[in-house]
Amino acid sequence: MNAISPDITFDLASAELRELNEALHKITAESNTRRWRVLNPEGRHAVAVGIDAPVTVEIDGNVGYYCAGMNQQASVIIHGNAGQGVAENMMSGFVRVCGDASQSAGATGHGGLLVVDGNASARCGISMKGIDIVVKGSIGHMSAFMGQSGSLVVFGDAGEALGDSLYEAKLFVRGTVKSLGADCVAKEMRDEHKALLAQKLEAAGIAPGSVDLSEFKRYGSARKLYNFHVDNADAY
Amino acid sequence: MCGIVGIFLKDPALEGELGSMLASMLCVMTDRGPDSAGFAVYGSGAKDKVKLSLRAAKGYDFSALAAGLSIPADGMPPLSVRSTHAVIEIPAAREAAVRSFLAASHPEVAVVGTGSRMEIFKEVGLPATVADTFGLAKMRGTHGIGHTRMATESAVTTAGAHPFSTGADQCLVHNGSLSNHNQLRRQLKREGITFETENDSEVAAGYLTWRLKQGASLGEALEAGLKDLDGFYTFVVGTENGFGVLRDPVACKPAVMAETDQYVAFGSEYRALVDLPGIEKARVFEPEPATVYFWERAQ
Repeated sequence: MNAISPDITFDLASAELRELNEALHKITAESNTRRWRVLNPEGRHAVAVGIDAPVTVEIDGNVGYYCAGMNQQASVIIHGNAGQGVAENMMSGFVRVCGDASQSAGATGHGGLLVVDGNASARCGISMKGIDIVVKGSIGHMSAFMGQSGSLVVFGDAGEALGDSLYEAKLFVRGTVKSLGADCVAKEMRDEHKALLAQKLEAAGIAPGSVDLSEFKRYGSARKLYNFHVDNADAY
Repeated sequence: MCGIVGIFLKDPALEGELGSMLASMLCVMTDRGPDSAGFAVYGSGAKDKVKLSLRAAKGYDFSALAAGLSIPADGMPPLSVRSTHAVIEIPAAREAAVRSFLAASHPEVAVVGTGSRMEIFKEVGLPATVADTFGLAKMRGTHGIGHTRMATESAVTTAGAHPFSTGADQCLVHNGSLSNHNQLRRQLKREGITFETENDSEVAAGYLTWRLKQGASLGEALEAGLKDLDGFYTFVVGTENGFGVLRDPVACKPAVMAETDQYVAFGSEYRALVDLPGIEKARVFEPEPATVYFWERAQ
């Protein structure tokens, strides 16, 4: 299942989750324990949240809510499905979900990379602020709602109201989009955007040339909701 | 909040363990709803018999009640007392008469559900206590649903606990809050549906009952609910032979399902499913918003 041999194995069937998170929080740049393995997460919430160190944590099984939330520097790999809010508010680092992710994956993330091998459900990347998200399956409704910056790449389809009230997050979808949210529009895919997409895919470990970039469509903000427009005065 | 769980068995070999599976799932959901808990189990039944799930104050003499029903030729009807609840099995032909007798002469007894196979138990308290009190772990059946409650829309009372049943062998558990339940309750009352509480979830149960009465299948009734029920909801519903799941289009309320060759299971969170047999090999998925899921057994 994984290629690395862990320095520390933490079995949540016998140890408290809080002990795991406390131990992860104590890691410093000088620590020698770089590879962690977590067994039997059994859907627990808040597994491996708030890490701020360049370590790798592999989790064998399905996790509950907010796994790897607020992550900085760490690589967290979930060999299973993740509940809502995986990698929420990630600052930097890498989070990979080998199965599906529930709603609000990568919500409000400021940086780092989230890769979902399966599908992500509703509100993926809601209020994203710089995180890069690559979903190899499809995403649910209201994804990238109010996305401010960062990128969301989707190999499959997007649900209703993609990119509603979008700011400057960059969206790329290969499949169909059920509907676009307010102020989100399809945009021309120029060379610079293809280069950006190629860069994001490479960062996600997808071999260059294995995906036809021209199959993706780009979506972004029409920038009509940025400021109050006097023509809309009647709406208030 | 609230936690909901459900399990529908495909493999009859597991029927003896239905209660223990449901009890385990229910107890894990305590964090989501510590106020009260309840469950419905679809066990054995006979076509010409009806089970009445009754509730009364602690220590109530259900035996005396059963003896007082004076059902001719049948003698004392089969009675199973579990704490504040009792299930009494009567000839189907006598149901209307018994119900009006209970309503007229025993206002201290509430009928929480009826049906040929469904039994409902619910009480205020921690889910583990409620499950123990009623001996859920030892119950057998083909399918069951359960609920742990954190009240928002109405008082923490036994009557406000789930599941809600308003029709024979039909019940529902709900996580969420409906915004048009008062209007809908008034409309359904005009259609002859009766309600025991001010609870929003009971209106959803009544709505589905009304649709099923009109001839809709469970799937059709749930589909129609998407149009008529406004608010937040994840529902798990049970009928005599079926088990269904529906989430509102916004899908704020969580839901996760697991399917194997032996069963289909529902939980508000994956944690609720981790003790099920073969879960590590199950197909685990999140039900799509505004999409009706249901499974029915061959009659």
